[in-house]
Amino acid sequence: MNENNLYTVSIYTENNIGLLNRISAIFQRRHINIESINSSVSEIENVTKWIMVVQLSEEKMKKIIGQIEKQVEVIKAFYHTEDETIYQESCMFKIKSDLLFNERQIQNIIKESNARIVTVNKVFFVIEKSGRKEEIDLLHRELIVFGIMQFTRSGRIAVTKDEMKISTMLKALQH
Amino acid sequence: MKETQTIKTNPKNSQTTERISGSEAIIKCLLAEGVDILYGYPGGAIMPVYDELYKYQDQIHHVLTRHEQGATHSAQGYARISGKVGVALATSGPGATNLITGIADAQIDSTPMVCITGQVASHLLGSDAFQETDIVGISTPVTKWNCQVTKAAQIPEAIAKAFYIARSGRPGPVLVDITKDAQFEEFDFKYEKCTGVRSYIPIPKLDHTSVEAAAKLINAAKKPMIVWGQGVSLGQAEAQFKAVVEKAGIPSAWTILGAGAIPTSHPLNIGMVGMHGNYAPNVLTNDCDVLIAIGMRFDDRVTGSLSTYAKQAKVIHFEIDPAEIDKNVKTDVAVLGDAKESLEALLPLLEEKTHPEWHQKFKDLYAIEYEKVIKHDLHPTKEGLTMAEVLKEINIQTKGDAAIVSDVGQHQMIACRYANFNKTRSNITSGGLGTMGFGLPAAIGAKMAAPEREVISISGDGGYQMTIQELGTIFQQKVPVKIVVLNNEFLGMVRQWQQLFFDKRYASTEMVNPDFVAIAKGYFIEAQKVTKREELKDAVEKMINTDGPYFLEVCVEKEGNVFPMIPTGASVSDIRLE
Repeated sequence: MNENNLYTVSIYTENNIGLLNRISAIFQRRHINIESINSSVSEIENVTKWIMVVQLSEEKMKKIIGQIEKQVEVIKAFYHTEDETIYQESCMFKIKSDLLFNERQIQNIIKESNARIVTVNKVFFVIEKSGRKEEIDLLHRELIVFGIMQFTRSGRIAVTKDEMKISTMLKALQH
Repeated sequence: MKETQTIKTNPKNSQTTERISGSEAIIKCLLAEGVDILYGYPGGAIMPVYDELYKYQDQIHHVLTRHEQGATHSAQGYARISGKVGVALATSGPGATNLITGIADAQIDSTPMVCITGQVASHLLGSDAFQETDIVGISTPVTKWNCQVTKAAQIPEAIAKAFYIARSGRPGPVLVDITKDAQFEEFDFKYEKCTGVRSYIPIPKLDHTSVEAAAKLINAAKKPMIVWGQGVSLGQAEAQFKAVVEKAGIPSAWTILGAGAIPTSHPLNIGMVGMHGNYAPNVLTNDCDVLIAIGMRFDDRVTGSLSTYAKQAKVIHFEIDPAEIDKNVKTDVAVLGDAKESLEALLPLLEEKTHPEWHQKFKDLYAIEYEKVIKHDLHPTKEGLTMAEVLKEINIQTKGDAAIVSDVGQHQMIACRYANFNKTRSNITSGGLGTMGFGLPAAIGAKMAAPEREVISISGDGGYQMTIQELGTIFQQKVPVKIVVLNNEFLGMVRQWQQLFFDKRYASTEMVNPDFVAIAKGYFIEAQKVTKREELKDAVEKMINTDGPYFLEVCVEKEGNVFPMIPTGASVSDIRLE
């Protein structure tokens, strides 16, 4: 209960200005770092879904879920272990174009990692890759030796293996 | 704002449309919410609203405090004594930031309050304009909800939502920030009261199986004990609570904010728990077999060390806020819901009990506390006046019917320990935040909300000077509050800790004070100073019998300590009597 684990947090909310501040403040106040955060539309119309990744004990996690749900504009919050979700991250590499032709290995790396070339021009080309964190870490390690002009990675997005029981709750509240 | 489709309103309350300015709409919204008094301070970004207040002055009474912090504390005092939403108004920038202490205080003490702040015009947002500050950002962690309005048409819905959220469920402070252009803009006004927000469940649905489980534990208990908090009075459940306590014959102790839900003199009222609470309920918390917590949140000042808190007991927690369950103390049975509804459901399931042997234990420990502490506080044989004897005199002369508004520190603990509270909502004090300076302005709000009640502000010489300027408000508004300062020329509680835990190194706790009587008289408030025991009775009598405001300074012993005391990190049962 007291050891730190990696948890994925899903939060269903209204789409209102300032809610990011309100939710991140709950973690900040307890001196907990947010590893990643993503906000998007959800499966329900007019409901926003947040996916966050945090590292903490389950006891703290439970209490924080309570504090998140207490916020007026939060509809429901859940936390999941790694086994309970299917998750993906996405990343992009911008690399000098001449390397694509001079370093044959790069083409192999792209193929083997199931990455995708988004664009190529005379100066640079861009690779995109979606996958689990370790896969992206591996690709990053493999490409860094050739020199990367720019690299960026998204927050985690995730769906759960089990049903999220929020639709019925929303239906009851709708007028 | 996109909330339109997410809040419920009551069209029955709505009026026909009329074309008015945003600022006039604000006043009309406040009137529709039943606001008769608000506290505030004008400034550039809120001037259109003040212009409307001028026009509506026969319908809504604006109280000009001497500082915006005072406005929030007055609004809190108003809310705490009446149960209605307190309202504070301020301008942008420093006006808004000055509200923060009161907002944080209201948040931690679950006080319903709506703060309205003016903001620079929307085209200036983010430009570091004069008196621009991000008050929505600043107030986020200390508000139940907040929002910014940049268009007049958004005002009615924002204010309707603000009042609904502030007063529903576990109450709290809400802030609505309104840009100056939205105040000037004209629009077709129509007001509909908010009756629901889809993402927000103010009161969890009562689960009757949990009530049955609670009743079973209580009926089987040999040594049950209740600790109740402010949830009882916030939920207007005093009658249901009293019925439960009496039927089950359970010794019942209160947290500082719970005081008065049943009278101090009630035979089952066994006193206050916590750091400076009574000896018996603290010690026996670690002896009871079932601990029933009602509308309280197991604050660290109540529990002392959690690892040794009531470990032997089954814990039942009646609570409206799901986030409080298992937050500090692990519960065996959680009953989520409104206190009134939950206790009403519990009552018929309880067996009638008296627990005479168990009660005797409380009486025995009270006798020890009386000998070691209470006797010396109330009937001192030494020369110096004690704080407690002032409270004793107030009890006698008000017959325990007064509302006591205390500040923070030694005098606060003494006031809570020794004041008689015959009526609910009579102990108005800053519990969770411990805000020095709370008392005087809160007393103003309390007296204005309940003019029929005797309201006595009790402060120390330290906290009093943090909001002393509100004497100006008392004078201007002719608020007949009675102001008592228990002057020991020290920041007494800090000094007590320095004495006990820092080898008497009295760093920056000695106060060189002004002539308080002269200051009160400077505000044309009748005033008196008492230094001797034999003067006390007459002075309190004079104060109580004065129609207008009155200031009474009592010079008490300089280095008096508040006991009992649970040192930080110690167990409740290791409470010290000396």
